[in-house]
Amino acid sequence: MLLCCSTVRRFAGNSISDDVTYRFRDLLALEPLSADELTFLLDQSKLFQEIQRHPLKKLATLRGKTVTLAFFENSTRTRISFSTAASRLGADTMNLQAEASSLKKGESLLDTVYTLDAMKPDCLVMRHAASGAADFVARNLDIPVINAGDGTHEHPSQGLLDALTIRDRRGSIENLKVTILGDIQHSRVARSNIHLLGKFGCQFTLCGPAMWVPRELEKIGPPGTVIRRISRIEEGLEDADVILVLRVQTERMYEPTLSAEEYILLYQLNSERLRLANPNALILHPGPMNRGVEISPEVADGPQSCVLEQVTNGIAVRMALLFLLMSGATEGGENLVADDALGGSASSPEKKESTHAAD
Amino acid sequence: MLLIKNGRVLDPATKTDVAQDILLDGEKIAEINAPGKITSPRDGEIFDAAGLIIAPGFIDMHVHLREPGQESSESIETGTRAAARGGFTAVCCMPNTKPVNDNASVTRFIVDRAKSTGSVRVWPIGAASVGSKGENIAEIAAMKEAGIVAVSDDGKPIATAKLARQVMDYCRSLDLPVIEHAEDVSLAHGAVMREGITSTRLGLRGMPAAAESVCVARDVQLAELTEARLHIAHLSARSSLELVRSAKKRGLKVTCEVTPHHFTLIDEDVQYDSRFKMNPPLAAREDRDALVAGLADGTVDAIATDHAPHEPALKDVEFDRAPFGILGFETALGLALELVHSGKITLMRMVELFTTGPAKVVGLERKIARGEMADLTLFSTDHEWTYNVKESSSKSRNSPFDARGFKGAPMATIVAGRVVWKR
Repeated sequence: MLLCCSTVRRFAGNSISDDVTYRFRDLLALEPLSADELTFLLDQSKLFQEIQRHPLKKLATLRGKTVTLAFFENSTRTRISFSTAASRLGADTMNLQAEASSLKKGESLLDTVYTLDAMKPDCLVMRHAASGAADFVARNLDIPVINAGDGTHEHPSQGLLDALTIRDRRGSIENLKVTILGDIQHSRVARSNIHLLGKFGCQFTLCGPAMWVPRELEKIGPPGTVIRRISRIEEGLEDADVILVLRVQTERMYEPTLSAEEYILLYQLNSERLRLANPNALILHPGPMNRGVEISPEVADGPQSCVLEQVTNGIAVRMALLFLLMSGATEGGENLVADDALGGSASSPEKKESTHAAD
Repeated sequence: MLLIKNGRVLDPATKTDVAQDILLDGEKIAEINAPGKITSPRDGEIFDAAGLIIAPGFIDMHVHLREPGQESSESIETGTRAAARGGFTAVCCMPNTKPVNDNASVTRFIVDRAKSTGSVRVWPIGAASVGSKGENIAEIAAMKEAGIVAVSDDGKPIATAKLARQVMDYCRSLDLPVIEHAEDVSLAHGAVMREGITSTRLGLRGMPAAAESVCVARDVQLAELTEARLHIAHLSARSSLELVRSAKKRGLKVTCEVTPHHFTLIDEDVQYDSRFKMNPPLAAREDRDALVAGLADGTVDAIATDHAPHEPALKDVEFDRAPFGILGFETALGLALELVHSGKITLMRMVELFTTGPAKVVGLERKIARGEMADLTLFSTDHEWTYNVKESSSKSRNSPFDARGFKGAPMATIVAGRVVWKR
């Protein structure tokens, strides 16, 4: 099935000359996106990065529109980041938090989102503990759905902001050696990173306790992606250009976990081990960070750490996503910003398609 | 009297494959003869079976009819109507109802309901343990008198090796097969699909093939110890099949069944769509291929659907939260015929897997002969049709085969001489 297109014309300034297309109504996963589409999303984000440096950060682009943030699983940074992104675009936000929701009273996810949808938002940003939950909801709603993390599947906006951060620091995301450290089995961030960076020729070293680095992970990347598993951290860090440090996600585990001491002994990223990587290696962490467990304080605060840039870039990426999917949902073009510092238009997607429809 | 004319009789019991007419009188087969040799009875009806296969009545030895207790998903009436549409003349219903069929009064209720509301024969399977809780052995002898044909704690395995041994010992003395839902629950804990590349990619918790085969290994050893009849339900893994194959070679009374979905679909077909969620889950491509080989070479004794209806409200949820199970009756023959059309199994072998195969497991005979009960399945091998689950006789809609096109279909189902369904 050929998917309909939401064609977004790029504006002057940082422009690519041709029209670039983003095929989907939603953003549910990075796996189905092409390298061109990913580049397009990163370029779009770049524009919004500039706005973060302005003293006045608020645009009027999405004035009168509403973003519903439905976080069925606890989150601080991602929810605030999306909320800030929406507000800087002039949109209003509605918030649903798991604790306050009627899910506790036995309502089904579908009934909950139908209720939220009846309040007529223009976009639903959702996080859920079940893999595929955003996909499931998107199949049942007409408004765009952005997956803000579904179980152990994907966290697409995190993957994008990680790539943007790497591209800013290194100038390119092509052909890098990326080491992902820790509990990879339960990490949606790792999956989104592999799907994104793998399309740009990056090679991956997955390093962590064997039970959290199953061999099937070697096969989940884009075709041809080199993914190897290494259990010794000293070997896993060799020549790394990028080190993605993950938190041990005990909340997603059914099996007994390792003691913190055991984990620190084998897998903590500390300055001594960091010396084994490329001297300019970047260190990323999706947060929340357990200082002194998966990462030592001096590394977390060191010059190679990109942790705070990741947070700043998160807002730019999420602004770009909201702008793209929400302005695309209306007829005709709208100016991106009132003062014409940036300008753009988007035609409307004709029919709903979820990203997985392309598989 | 009913005269079935112009059909092709295919009976694995006698290895018959020949054009014959069949005259039914009341519940029994009165006469079988060469085409045109039976004179039309004056007071009787004639069924023109031109182009159709006449087979012994199909048996589905693994189904869930949900009555008593979960009638919003299915009832004996709707479930057996769907069974009839699938060409089945008899079904064996699993005991995980509410209450569990673990005593003779529940068994009698099911038998009575089937008599008054059912379209096809219903042979209940009793629980192996009280409440299927895996603690104390159920009242199996009393249930046998009330009509059970086997015991099982289906939905889960018999909880401990010790209990499984006791149940096998006891059932050997009662001459009942023990049907095992083989699963090591600790290995499968929390899993919603088969462990593999697809589960890893989708971030869905997977159970390894070993979750099944570890339990099969345990039970084969216990079957050897007790000399019981052990039947492995819905076998899905190549490793389990190997264990059954070697057990058979050693002369043990070990049998197994495979479902149409396991010989058709694989884990790669799962895309967060809960209609693809069942237990055991869809397995790897190599497993599927091994199952097809097992169907062909005789290692597998029966095709059983594991018809497991769940009302839409239960299935229309996140994949993680959806209950296991899918509909099976109406698509079983169509899927089995796919194997015949692709040359993987012969038509005779397919019929065997639906008739004499399962009959033998539950200790019955099935054949088309004068004086035998007139349970017959008439089907076409070339009738083209598309499955529309919205038109299903089941109360539920959880089929992954909705909108699938089929070549070949059940055309009429005859139970005790009566046409209970006709396309």
